[in-house]
Amino acid sequence: MRAALPELVRVGLPNTLVLALTSAVVGTVLGMVLAVCGLSPRRWLRWPARVFTDVFRGLPAAVTILLIGVGLSPVGLHVWGPNPYPLGILALSLIASAYIGEIFRSGIQSVDTGQLEAARALGFSRPSGMRLVVIPQGVRRVLPALVNQFIALIKESSLVYFLGLLASQRDLFRLGQDAAANTGNQSALVLAGLFYLLVTVPLTHVVNAIDRRLRDGRRDGRRDGRRADGAARPDDPDGVDLDDPVLAVSQEAR
Amino acid sequence: MTAETTADRPATGGVARGHGVAVATRDVHLAFGSNRVLRGVDLDVAAATTACVIGPSGSGKSTLLRVVNRLLEPDRGDVLLDGRSVLPDNADVLRQRVGMVFQHFNLFPHKTVRANVTLGLTKLKGLPKDEAAELALHHLDRVGLAHKADVRPSSLSGGQQQRVAIARALAMEPEVMLFDEATSALDPELVKGVLATMADLAAEGMTMLVVTHEMGFARSVAQQVLFMDHGRVVESGEPDQVFEAPGTQRLQRFLSQVL
Repeated sequence: MRAALPELVRVGLPNTLVLALTSAVVGTVLGMVLAVCGLSPRRWLRWPARVFTDVFRGLPAAVTILLIGVGLSPVGLHVWGPNPYPLGILALSLIASAYIGEIFRSGIQSVDTGQLEAARALGFSRPSGMRLVVIPQGVRRVLPALVNQFIALIKESSLVYFLGLLASQRDLFRLGQDAAANTGNQSALVLAGLFYLLVTVPLTHVVNAIDRRLRDGRRDGRRDGRRADGAARPDDPDGVDLDDPVLAVSQEAR
Repeated sequence: MTAETTADRPATGGVARGHGVAVATRDVHLAFGSNRVLRGVDLDVAAATTACVIGPSGSGKSTLLRVVNRLLEPDRGDVLLDGRSVLPDNADVLRQRVGMVFQHFNLFPHKTVRANVTLGLTKLKGLPKDEAAELALHHLDRVGLAHKADVRPSSLSGGQQQRVAIARALAMEPEVMLFDEATSALDPELVKGVLATMADLAAEGMTMLVVTHEMGFARSVAQQVLFMDHGRVVESGEPDQVFEAPGTQRLQRFLSQVL
């Protein structure tokens, strides 16, 4: 166990973090594009977004990573040389974007239609109203679900080992597994597992903290006057109704 | 709670007067699928006057307001501002000229009260931030809520939220104001403050088209009352005439239910 430690810290942890962080950023940007396209009144934008989402949410992560990592490797070899990371990151990003797109979409859809109407009544176009008023509120509501998705991504990043990694490219899982195979002792894998927990458990608590803050701290998460009965009474700042179905999305997707 | 005390009441004066323009619709039709919501609506609101639209729910009142600022496009007919058709104009630009206040306020909950007012000023009118902030304070002061500029809408009472919504609309310096059941979602004790703000605005010379169930307001503030039913203006006239001598059975029945 001790023998594997330096490698796990020096090589495995950074590699796992690079894989997860890069695909989280790309996946979030792509996910937002998917969400906006998926909600567009234009069918030629909506339709491709739905198909994309269905495909990458429907395929097992391992299949997607192999299909892209191996299938596109001739192209990758030409552009980046023998490094499986770019294609691995691409595959992880595409998978993440499908889930994140759905999270964003449900968040944006949960914003009261009166918000866009009010923005348009001021003189904003539909796209500007979405950008300035609706999307910021929708994203706020799904932050917990988004962090859950990042946690899933950290775990899924271990699947790039399918693509064959050089010694310096090995991530936490691969290093742990190699050490376990070499010594015939699972303890290195246990250590690798502890490193995953070291990253994912604090993130879980971040989710809970955000969730709690949205529930009883600032009341940004709530919509104004959307209750049908005498909305927003002075002494009853109604509790945040975070749309729980929204939070459930990522769990359901797992 | 005594949120709407007199100190809280809107302050008047020091505001430009008589900048409202005339609004009219001509034979406006609009259907959602097979549901013909508007079936040929004609209305004329003279500049700097207030017209109240009354009628049972589902009669097309709110839809009519949304056609006037083109949140909804009419299937047929015309909308005129200051005597000129607005249908050929860019709808987004038109909406800057027409302020609208909603039943559920629709303030932006993720922004402060001040930011709710400045959003349109900076992003649509291109005002510098400090200038917009100053103007926002002026308009918030106009509805008696300048001291709430830095809080979020959710910490305000419904009545205060609605007055912020009015300030937000006024900051764009509209030529017409539309009110869509602006007091219907409020607790009874909060209605007064909002109606007072609206009455002040009418007195300052704004052209106002007000969909309301507040017959007292219609009677005391409006120059004209229109009764809508089934997508048509069934009866219209001065408040006294409409309320005291309703000419149709439908209006009589409606009034007997709400008065």
